[in-house]
Amino acid sequence: MTPQEEEEFKRRRKARNAVFGLVLLGLVVLFYAITIVRIGAQ
Amino acid sequence: MTAISSTQPQASQASAVQSIPADWRDFFALTKPKVMRLVVFTALCGLLAAPGSIHPVIGFTAILCIALAAGGAGALNMWWEADIDAKMKRTQGRPLPTGRIQPNDARDFGLLLSGTSIMIMGLAVHWLAASVLAFSIFFYVVIYTMWLKPRTPQNIVIGGAAGAFPPLIGWICVTGEITLMPVLLFAIIFMWTPPHFWALALWVKPDYAAANIPMMPNAAGEISTRRQSLVYSILLLPLSVAPWFIGEAGAIYGISALVLSSIFLALTVPVGLRTTGENDTMKPEKKLFAFSILYLFVLFGALVLDRVIAHAGLLT
Repeated sequence: MTPQEEEEFKRRRKARNAVFGLVLLGLVVLFYAITIVRIGAQ
Repeated sequence: MTAISSTQPQASQASAVQSIPADWRDFFALTKPKVMRLVVFTALCGLLAAPGSIHPVIGFTAILCIALAAGGAGALNMWWEADIDAKMKRTQGRPLPTGRIQPNDARDFGLLLSGTSIMIMGLAVHWLAASVLAFSIFFYVVIYTMWLKPRTPQNIVIGGAAGAFPPLIGWICVTGEITLMPVLLFAIIFMWTPPHFWALALWVKPDYAAANIPMMPNAAGEISTRRQSLVYSILLLPLSVAPWFIGEAGAIYGISALVLSSIFLALTVPVGLRTTGENDTMKPEKKLFAFSILYLFVLFGALVLDRVIAHAGLLT
């Protein structure tokens, strides 16, 4: 792997991890909100 | 699995990128964001037009699940059709034919999105809605993509049903049952799909021929396709107005449907009756295709507006 490819590898991995983290955070917030709504409805 | 076993990333690009993880934008492209916009919009309209109420959080979750399912189905469609996409100008820049994403990654991504969306829909919203959602993914990926599309020129007619599910699912999320009105919404999109898609297929006919896909213009010829488009457009007019006639929608929707479907028919008539020569610019077909997208947005928007005004009691 050339230095440019290695740099690109790191950049993509970082971007993917950031997006994955945001998706997980979003799901946590969503599941929390669903739980509160469902408990409130009972 | 003919599509995958024969899929080889374009060598020049693949050698450079195979060891590098795919960019998140490539995964996003797998979800067919442009198609998803229409899916989300019609699902939202089905949800908002349904009688009854739904908690905003649950409503948001329902739309998110429908969007995720559409994205998952789109990714599985691209995974299966990678070798076909590589042969067509319109699709050869997609992540799989260019080798930016590996086939197995695309498949796993599609399965993950599909499975997650069904589970969340069932657990948080409604299991009937989740069942119809699961069936719509199965219908699009297996019935349409894998089975019908490569075998019959009626592929888009039957496969178009997959795109007609979102408002039905949105409606079920609120009511928990399937009644005549959501079935009518389903039927409107079902009837709209052939003239919408064949308008595109008529001007990208060489692309489909190169990919060996039996689209109607290639299999039955242009004249037959044009006549059939006209028939579907004629049937669409009374069908689109039907919710008004049966009292499920008000005058705002009814008049909008009448005007929009009349324009749709007026644009289909020249497409349906004309014949083309060499180097035809396909202007009427392009015009019909562009309007057909606007048609669905405005028609469903009018349905929601009609409901909002009726609920607010502004016309009573």
